[in-house]
Amino acid sequence: MKVNKKGAAAAAALIVASMFGLAGCAGGTAATPKQTENAGTLTVWVDADRARALKDVAAAFQKDKGVKVDLVVKDYGKIQQDFTAQVPTGKGPDLTIGGHDWTGGFVQDGVIAPIELGDKASQFEKVALQAVTYDGKTYGLPYAIENIAILRNTKLAQDTPATFDAMVAEGKKAGTKYPFLVGLDPQGADPYHLYPFETSFGNSVFAQNADGSYDPTKLTIGDAAGQSFAKWLGAQGVKGTKVINLNVSQDIAKEAFLAGETPYLLTGPWNVADAQAKGIDLSVDPIPSAGGKTAAPFAGVQTFFLSAKSKNTLAATDFLVNYVATEPVQTALYKAGGRPPALTSAYQAAQSDPIIAGFGKVGENAVPMPSIPQMGSVWDDWGKTEAAIIKGADPVASWTKMASNIQAKLK
Amino acid sequence: MTGPALQDERETTDVAPSRRGRRAAALAEAASAGWKVWLAKIVMLGVIDALAIYAMLVLIAQGQWLVPLIIAVVAVLVNVVYLVPGLLPAKYLTPGLIFLFVFQVFVVLFSIYIAFTNYGSGHISTKDDAVAALMQQSQTRVENSPTFPVKVLERGGDFYLLTTDPATGAFEVGGADQPLEQVAGATASGAPGFTTLDFAQILQHQTAIGALSVPLSSDPNDGYLKTTDGSNAYQFTSTLTWDPTADTMTDTKTGVVYTDTGQGAFTSEDGTQLLPGWQVWVGVDNFVRAFSDASIRGPFFAVLIWTFVFAILSVATTFVLGLFLAIVFNDPRMKSKKFYRVIMILPYAFPGFLSALVWAGMFNQDFGFINQVLFGGASIPWLQDPWLAKAAILIVNLWLGFPYMFLVCTGAIQSIPEDIQEAGRVDGASVWQIFRHIKFPLLLVAIAPLLISSFAFNFNNFNLIYMLTAGGPRFADASINVGQTDILISMVYKVAFVGANRDYGLASAFAIIIFVLVALISYLSFRQTKVLEELN
Repeated sequence: MKVNKKGAAAAAALIVASMFGLAGCAGGTAATPKQTENAGTLTVWVDADRARALKDVAAAFQKDKGVKVDLVVKDYGKIQQDFTAQVPTGKGPDLTIGGHDWTGGFVQDGVIAPIELGDKASQFEKVALQAVTYDGKTYGLPYAIENIAILRNTKLAQDTPATFDAMVAEGKKAGTKYPFLVGLDPQGADPYHLYPFETSFGNSVFAQNADGSYDPTKLTIGDAAGQSFAKWLGAQGVKGTKVINLNVSQDIAKEAFLAGETPYLLTGPWNVADAQAKGIDLSVDPIPSAGGKTAAPFAGVQTFFLSAKSKNTLAATDFLVNYVATEPVQTALYKAGGRPPALTSAYQAAQSDPIIAGFGKVGENAVPMPSIPQMGSVWDDWGKTEAAIIKGADPVASWTKMASNIQAKLK
Repeated sequence: MTGPALQDERETTDVAPSRRGRRAAALAEAASAGWKVWLAKIVMLGVIDALAIYAMLVLIAQGQWLVPLIIAVVAVLVNVVYLVPGLLPAKYLTPGLIFLFVFQVFVVLFSIYIAFTNYGSGHISTKDDAVAALMQQSQTRVENSPTFPVKVLERGGDFYLLTTDPATGAFEVGGADQPLEQVAGATASGAPGFTTLDFAQILQHQTAIGALSVPLSSDPNDGYLKTTDGSNAYQFTSTLTWDPTADTMTDTKTGVVYTDTGQGAFTSEDGTQLLPGWQVWVGVDNFVRAFSDASIRGPFFAVLIWTFVFAILSVATTFVLGLFLAIVFNDPRMKSKKFYRVIMILPYAFPGFLSALVWAGMFNQDFGFINQVLFGGASIPWLQDPWLAKAAILIVNLWLGFPYMFLVCTGAIQSIPEDIQEAGRVDGASVWQIFRHIKFPLLLVAIAPLLISSFAFNFNNFNLIYMLTAGGPRFADASINVGQTDILISMVYKVAFVGANRDYGLASAFAIIIFVLVALISYLSFRQTKVLEELN
């Protein structure tokens, strides 16, 4: 027995020693990754739709430049958080897609790097370029623009009048259950969907610089124009016409529109497919003005971001500027996502679709959604106050209180 | 010859032990000996050791030392436990203990560590990363500057850019330490003495080439050329300069100097911080903020009180209803018990978060089932009034929770021996007296630990709160996004993951406070239940 044990121990020592040796070798090669980092693979985080559209351009890039493009399909809702968490550890992708309004946070966290578009910059739609510009620098390549507009059921209403009151009157004439619907939330209303009415009074959240970027030191939301909007909002709430109803959620509004219970729905391109599937004859119309000026919605711009820790910046920039920023690719991305492309030539080609042309026409007046991190201090109070005003709180007092609360948080 | 001798020896030893002893010896023989078992053991240990050493080498190569040290200690311990004879309990416990440490203790320790840092928006990485990001972000293209078509050249391991001066059309070459200058004999594709790189070669050295900045002239204020794709270069200037020896960032436009003040960001004299910053140890700052910052403290205490009210009332209401139903269903006169019992358990069978979502729809002020059908079209703001929202949460949790209490109470009641109650009846006690003095105390002995765990569960019942009210209606004057029906855990979630300004440090501090509270309450309650057990 004892001899046996000793033998086993010796054998064990031998095996373990050889394994240590093996492990040492493996560790040795892993410890010197410097030679393999330029093997030429670009990792790109995309959602499933975009992945299909990018497959061809990835293959073309690999063929031309010998750089493999690895499209990693991610759940869009998780990208922002995962990207922020993984880039500092060096495990994130070289490129990711995302909404342009993430830019400010990404820059503040130091996880994205600026991209030099060079002369390509002038070939993009103005609002798209404004949207990806932060602090004077371009932080991404825009590829699609989205904004809300009025979806009209053409069987129930002939046209969308230019003013809100006229539209509501037209909607009442249609004899449906609701003259007009917009999906809101009982707790937080929805500043994004109500914003076009707010801008029609000439109000904005922050003052815009000449280049379209927002100045976080100039909070303009509480000015006189904002207060007139608040008064108007109060007049549409429970104490007034009740046209704007907090209890109509996005789902309820959409269901009612699909059921033909309203001629007008204020919504984005994401609800078009379902309405068409229901056989509703749609028209996409400009948003009526409530305060006299043009009703300008927020534009959201879908963007490719470059990781600050990418080891492949040259290949990534080349891929974005010389491959993705071309008309065929932008068109393919538009076909996959159903949102107007950001490159002007592709954008114009897409206008042959009346739905896209409708959203595009409204989008010409759109202002980029602020991407500055200070916006994070605004949304919450903004929505809460709008909900309170719709519920019957004093509009002007609530609105000015909100402005001073936000101002206090910004400091 | 040795055979019989051995036989003899065995026989002599075999006489003494009992049959049981022999069986134990045989088992021990089977468990310890056998060269196959040994070989398997050695191979597996070898694999484990190899993995451990691989992990250690990789981690050490990344400049870490604490984790490799821990791995080394654990690996040695594992070897000792499985190679040394004896230590049988340790052999069984070790795998479980390792998993416990990896998946539980480590996570808890990491949360505690985060609670003492400023980890959150703007402070997510290291100082080196922050410096690199600031330098990257401070490079601005000179407005309206032309595009320079470039070729990347190489000489002696250093990289150079070859470009055409847009004004004169002359070919110029420059490197990191050498401003652009005309080179005799240069063409559009190369220059004498230099190797022109093709795209594949550029990609091989893209980190170095991407970092290459070529001064436009000997005057640094003219800026420098940088290429971002290997074929075009642009004229940049930098708005920040980094001085590693003095540890300062200087804004070249305004002249403001930002220094590292130990708060995890470069800070100017007037307190302006340059973001991104980096993670630093901030001590108990997060805990101090939770209790001292008025805009956090107010909502924090309101949430704390509601958390207790919610957890206590949830347990109390579900227990009372569950117990009542259990007693009713335990009555022998009750008909079709099985049918009712199935119906009773239905709410328990649905996933809780789905039920909460459905209830949120039913509580809708204008379209919900409750107002439309039960209250005849009344417009009751169930989820928008602070008190009604709290009531709604308790109602839904009662609906979700009573089947569980019903089940455990039924079991406990049925386990109480009938003769004890019989004895009470013989002594002339009323039904209520029998319940109050005999059944209920006996029931509590079995149920009390379950009530405590139910309390702990409801204390952290995130699903219900988040899906039903999302914590709303919101507090008017809180600097963090919390509302009237938020409990501590949903508040932690909101602080850490909702909105643009995330504060993982503060959220971890809250999480520790929750842990301490739950642990304390459970400890005190379990001590109380010991008193109950003495009843027996």
